[in-house]
Amino acid sequence: MGLLKLLQQDRGGQVFLGLLALAAVLVPLLNQLLPESHALHLSTYTVTLLGKYLAFALLAIAVDLAWGYLGILSLGHGAFFALGGYAMGMYLMRQIGERGVYGDPVLPDFMVFLNWDALPWFWYGFDMFWFAALMVMLAPGLLAFVFGWLAFRSRVTGVYLSIMTQALTYALMLAFFRNEMGFGGNNGLTDFKELLGFDLQADSTRIGLFVVTALMLALGYIVCRAIVQSRLGRVAVAVRDAEDRTRFVGYRVEHVKLAIFTFSAVLAGIAGALYVPQVGIINPGEFSPLNSIEIVIWVAVGGRGTLYGAAAGALMVNYGKTYLTGALPEVWLFALGALFVLVTILLPRGLIGLMKRRGATS
Amino acid sequence: MKPYNPEQISRHMSRLLNWILLLACLTAGQLSALYAAESDTPLHAAAELFKSKKFDQKYQAIQLLESDGSEQAKEILVALMDSRLYTLKRDQRLIMLGRRSGSPGAVDALTGDSVGDVARGAMNKITLNNRMRSQIRNALAMLDLRNPDRLKRLAAVNQLLDRPDAASAALIQSLLEQESDEQIREAMEIVIALGKLSSGDKTERLAAVELLDGNIHPAVRNGLLKLQQSTDDEAFAAEIKQVLDNIKATLQFYSLVENIFFGLSLGSVLVLAAIGLAITFGVMGVINMAHGELIMLGAYATYVMQLLMPEHIGAALLLSIPVAFVISGLVGIGIERGVIRFLYGRSLETLLATFGISLILQQTVRSIFSPLNRSVEAPSWMSGSWEINSALSLTLNRLYIIAFCLLVFAALFLVLKRTPLGLQVRAVSQNRAMARAMGVRSEWVDAMTFGLGSGIAGVAGVALSQLTNVGPNLGQSYIIDSFMVVVFGGVGNLWGTLVSGMGLGIANKFLEPWSGAVLAKILVLVFIILFIQKRPRGLFPQKGRAAEG
Repeated sequence: MGLLKLLQQDRGGQVFLGLLALAAVLVPLLNQLLPESHALHLSTYTVTLLGKYLAFALLAIAVDLAWGYLGILSLGHGAFFALGGYAMGMYLMRQIGERGVYGDPVLPDFMVFLNWDALPWFWYGFDMFWFAALMVMLAPGLLAFVFGWLAFRSRVTGVYLSIMTQALTYALMLAFFRNEMGFGGNNGLTDFKELLGFDLQADSTRIGLFVVTALMLALGYIVCRAIVQSRLGRVAVAVRDAEDRTRFVGYRVEHVKLAIFTFSAVLAGIAGALYVPQVGIINPGEFSPLNSIEIVIWVAVGGRGTLYGAAAGALMVNYGKTYLTGALPEVWLFALGALFVLVTILLPRGLIGLMKRRGATS
Repeated sequence: MKPYNPEQISRHMSRLLNWILLLACLTAGQLSALYAAESDTPLHAAAELFKSKKFDQKYQAIQLLESDGSEQAKEILVALMDSRLYTLKRDQRLIMLGRRSGSPGAVDALTGDSVGDVARGAMNKITLNNRMRSQIRNALAMLDLRNPDRLKRLAAVNQLLDRPDAASAALIQSLLEQESDEQIREAMEIVIALGKLSSGDKTERLAAVELLDGNIHPAVRNGLLKLQQSTDDEAFAAEIKQVLDNIKATLQFYSLVENIFFGLSLGSVLVLAAIGLAITFGVMGVINMAHGELIMLGAYATYVMQLLMPEHIGAALLLSIPVAFVISGLVGIGIERGVIRFLYGRSLETLLATFGISLILQQTVRSIFSPLNRSVEAPSWMSGSWEINSALSLTLNRLYIIAFCLLVFAALFLVLKRTPLGLQVRAVSQNRAMARAMGVRSEWVDAMTFGLGSGIAGVAGVALSQLTNVGPNLGQSYIIDSFMVVVFGGVGNLWGTLVSGMGLGIANKFLEPWSGAVLAKILVLVFIILFIQKRPRGLFPQKGRAAEG
């Protein structure tokens, strides 16, 4: 009942969740039931690609929650995404066990290669899925909490905050590139074998991951929608539009910001954890500032402050990226750059805003 | 110029030579006796000693050659050092091969007569050991000490500094009086003092130790350390320890100076990269994420100028400063007029749009110049270093960067404080509405300010092209650092940018030996992030009464 009430006013959300449910059912069917020669057959590769897009869509929703509803333009959400991914990657590394190149039952290959003789303390517990799943949320959440607590308390806002978040992800990228950090350095974590006993190379596992990602995206959307429509969400919008006025009225602005920013980071971490088993690798490149800023443009293209717009933007831009980097690799950065310029100047509310305006005038 | 071709000779005369060889074999015994009889000069004595297999005798031979001191003795020593000194098997004559392999003719070491080509098998090499090598080096240095060429003498003294001994000290003592060059005299005195250290007389040793106090030449330290270990006299050891501590303190001081110098040069790079940003971000409040790419354009301008003027590298570099300023400035004005002016007051959107521009600029450069790094040549007057003493030498290109940075800073400062444009820029940044009411064309000022900041970025690119390779990603690696410098120094404050850039550079260099380069960078970043929490307005905030930032 609560869910129905939540979505009653949310036309876009209804459409989005409907399409998502359709995809979750149809994609596996098209992959499994149709013969490979059939025109509508989806290869497993495509299914995994779509699964990756959905993970990105979840990430975009997380960014939209912070940017569209709280006014915090985070240029560091890639860091939270990557931290979640690393937590999942560490679990997958521990699952390899003796099947690694060096056959060490405990140490991952890269540690054997670096002549380490014991597991670093921060790798303990990652052989258990529940612990890794907890870390997927805890690691980015904790970082966002500490960073946000420091930043919001001293009222670092606007552009300064954006640059700080960018410096954060940049510092993390430099750190994770170091072999001494114990996260595989340059190469990151890869060569995963299985997840919860399912072979990651098997078609069924890949379809399963796609469906789980779709479910998590739907869940993430619903939770975000619930937050946005709650009292907390309305205060957040007030903070976005007039931070000082909200503070003078008597709200603890930094608490509101901290709560939503941290939740947004946790969501980004979950998206990263869904992303890693599907692409089969996580490396420090995910921390690069360019990645984080790309997420922002997905949200801007789709239309911020709508949640479903952010998800749609992520799907569209990533499809464009896959297509262009394959067909015309020279053009991709031109297109992305032009997208940044044109969207900010011509489409401040994104494509969804454009559609809404059309709907209102006609 | 030789009037004959030795190869031909060897061919034509081989038969004759065979006969001579036979004859020589028969008379070998008598011949060597003859040579021994002739050993009245040191040269002949040395030649005789070299034939021995015993190294002791060879050491003596080298000493003899050194005491002889003639050009010929020197030549023999050089030949011995290069392993070109042989004895002929047939008559035990000492011969020297030509300098280059394949160059004709061995000559008799004593007489200088040509002996023609000798087959490898017909001669024995005079073998060397390491002690002989260092002995020869010292001997050659002693010979060079009398050389009229000042640089040769200096090199010779420095050679002796590495392996001082009492004998060379005595000889140098005699040469000291004739020496007129101050630098060489100084080095000679050190050699003498080092020689006295190993002498038997205690007062002389003490005097030598005192003379060496504060001298930072590595040889002094090594000599003293050796002496400290070997001496039994405790008071003397304490004296040496005192002197060694002094030397250590001096060395530490110089390494501190060197570290600060490295830090300043890194800081200058940071300041150069950030100072254009300090104008666009600090004065205008515009976030320009394409700033790094404007730096990159400046670096490519340098590269192109060098391609255009390959014969005049230095002139091309100087010319590329105005060229880079104009190119980057024009691109900057284009960005301002084309994009940023629609986004004033929406800083987050400006950030995104300029980031898009940075991607486009990067890809453009990548398409035109290829994604590979290009290297820009440094003119000769920028390479080399300025040696202050043996512990401290400053590389010239770093010195130039520091000077250039200060020059750019001063020029910019003057433009902002002393020109009508600067006045208008400051007026618009302080109160746009009031400035407009006074008749300032704020739009024109915006474009010019942005052009100025961008042009400075281009000039920074010229400087950077001398330090790193020029590539499409050059700008990206500096953009975050530049923002950090500006934010840390306090937005809208040029002095703050200078202080924070230099400070961060020095901090980086001091952390590096302790933590490694990457970790140092991370630590500095984390420090700034934490610092901004404490003082959100940077080191030198602009004073004002606004309730919100």
